[in-house]
Amino acid sequence: MTVPVLSAQNIGKSYGSGANRFDALKGVSVDIRAGESIAIVGKSGSGKSTLMHLLALLDDPDSGALLVEGTDAKKLKGKEVNRLRNQDFGFVFQQFFLTANASVLDNVVLPLKIAGVGPKERRARGMKALEQLELADKAKNKAMNLSGGQKQRAVIARALVNNPKVIFADEPTGNLDTTTGAVVEDILFSLNRDKGITLIIVTHDIDLAARCDRQIFIRDGLEDVTRSPEAIEKPAGAHA
Amino acid sequence: MKFVDIITTAIANSFRSKLRTGLTVIAIFIGAFTLTITSGIGTGVTSYINSQVSAIGAADVLTVSKAGDATATADDGPAPYDPDKATAISLGNGSRPGSTIQALTDADLGTIEATSGIVGVDPAVQVTPDYIEYDDSGKFELTVNAAATLTTADLAAGEQLDNESTTDQILLPTTYLDTLGFSTPESAIGETVTIGIADFAGTQQQVPATVVGVQNETILGAGAGLNQPLTDRLHAVELSGTPAGAPQSYATATARFDLDASDAEITAIKADLADQGYAAQTVADQIGSFETVINVIIGVLNAFAVIALIAAGFGIINTLLMSVQERTREIGLMKAMGMNGGRVYALFSTEAVFIGFLGSALGALVAVGVGSLVSNILATTVFENLPGLQVVQFAPSSIAIIIGVVMLIAFLAGTLPARAAARQNPIDALRYE
Ligand SMILES: Nc1ncnc2c1ncn2[C@@H]1O[C@H](COP(=O)(O)OP(=O)(O)O)[C@@H](O)[C@H]1O
Ligand SMILES: [Mg+2]
Repeated sequence: MTVPVLSAQNIGKSYGSGANRFDALKGVSVDIRAGESIAIVGKSGSGKSTLMHLLALLDDPDSGALLVEGTDAKKLKGKEVNRLRNQDFGFVFQQFFLTANASVLDNVVLPLKIAGVGPKERRARGMKALEQLELADKAKNKAMNLSGGQKQRAVIARALVNNPKVIFADEPTGNLDTTTGAVVEDILFSLNRDKGITLIIVTHDIDLAARCDRQIFIRDGLEDVTRSPEAIEKPAGAHA
Repeated sequence: MKFVDIITTAIANSFRSKLRTGLTVIAIFIGAFTLTITSGIGTGVTSYINSQVSAIGAADVLTVSKAGDATATADDGPAPYDPDKATAISLGNGSRPGSTIQALTDADLGTIEATSGIVGVDPAVQVTPDYIEYDDSGKFELTVNAAATLTTADLAAGEQLDNESTTDQILLPTTYLDTLGFSTPESAIGETVTIGIADFAGTQQQVPATVVGVQNETILGAGAGLNQPLTDRLHAVELSGTPAGAPQSYATATARFDLDASDAEITAIKADLADQGYAAQTVADQIGSFETVINVIIGVLNAFAVIALIAAGFGIINTLLMSVQERTREIGLMKAMGMNGGRVYALFSTEAVFIGFLGSALGALVAVGVGSLVSNILATTVFENLPGLQVVQFAPSSIAIIIGVVMLIAFLAGTLPARAAARQNPIDALRYE
């Protein structure tokens, strides 16, 4: 059995201190294997985003351990963590986080710019990513002039541009209408299928969760074991 | 992130909020403009003074006079009469009207010459010719510039006075040319003028002199310069017919010392002379007090400019804190995507430095334009009689220093917001809604 890409071992996270202390995550364990798609499902406020942030090394757990390909994340140097987030991880957020006044291309190549890639190569790789998402004709447009679906495709292009191993998507369809949402979902799953990119999707949408290989249910900061994956009925025609 | 990317991104970021950046730039502009103008005035005035008093001809000369009686204050009443003391004589050029100092006698000259470090001493004889005339075209009053042999003239034509020459030389100011009947400075060179001077009995005598040079009007006393032989000849005429036995006395003497003497050695000579009761000043000392006044004025103006720049520094802090606030998400996103805190810091610092550069470069540029224009207008109007005076002059090095200092202030102002940005937690930024 291969080492999991990411392995959370009984991780917990609290916000605030003293009387205001709030345990957002109270000990969750999960192994994520290369190439799989996994959904983190739960109600709003249950701690899904907190778990994802810990898995993506955006935050440090207060208890438990997080292993990155078998290495304890605590032992990784800041530089190594930055490299992982820049090159191995891609991020897709519900609120897009595009710089409104900058061009679509400039937004997409931001991870490459951070990595120190030269302008020529940046352009070439950015355009390639945009072509994959059928946004090449919008490359020079300002990000604020795109529609919601186009914005999310631009965000996916940005997540893809550095050829990541894992894509983290936090409510990727939360701000989109059903049709557009479905298109974005298809794009994400095709990346998982065709390129073997590991997909970690945070969602409260049961239908989206069902399309993933595996689901982990979170309730009040704990894994809800009463809802085993088998308990979910897969919608007809969905990817099995 | 690469260095060039940090710079281009920072510049692009500073233009995102044009109004805010613009207002900050104006604040810096005002400070840099003032600093550039005041430093320009400093450069202009100093370079004019230097052209007036070229240090070369005057560096080895002390003007020596008898020191006033330090004890004779108003409360003490008059000092007791001393028959051995030379009579007080009225000073001509340059002293307060009616002021007198003790005159130097030949014995004093001997004492001064014997002082260690002094290689020679000449009494400064003051001659008062009656008129100057050229080519029978009329007689005009002649003012003699006593400082002429102490300084190197700012020449419009011809050569400097030569004290070693055997000919009697005169250096005319440009203002004399028209009156005497010369069309150009060059046409006066080599011509012979006639100087009229009265002897002791009051009989007028005529002395010819050759014009060797024409001098631009100077701030160090107007008038014509005479070389030593001509001065001596005129002095001889003035003294002819003096009753025998009348003691010779002089207001001042010029003492020469070794040209290579260090400042410390010059100070020692002056102290030595002071102990013996003589006051000695180099030309630099005489000019120094004038320069001190100008430096104080410039210093005050500079202080105002620096205050303006410090205020502008707070403007930079404010501008950048607001943009850190506005770009919270963007900073969080960049950090989430693996940008380290140091680069985020560099990004905001660079933006501050760029705003500083923009304000100071524009301020300096406009100051150079306005200063040069005003200076040229003044040179042909108010300062018409002082040829060569460009009140505002710009040295590239001081402009570079001003821009550099402003950029440094901007960098320091930027550290606070840049640190706030660098410390931002990506999670807080991405949750921020
Ligand atoms: N920075 C924070 N400070 C205090 N409480 C927080 C903070 N971030 C999240 N929380 C709380 O932690 C809980 C879990 O948050 P989150 O992981 O975002 O939930 P989800 O993504 O499932 O909606 C929520 O109750 C939220 O209010
Ligand atoms: Mg969430």
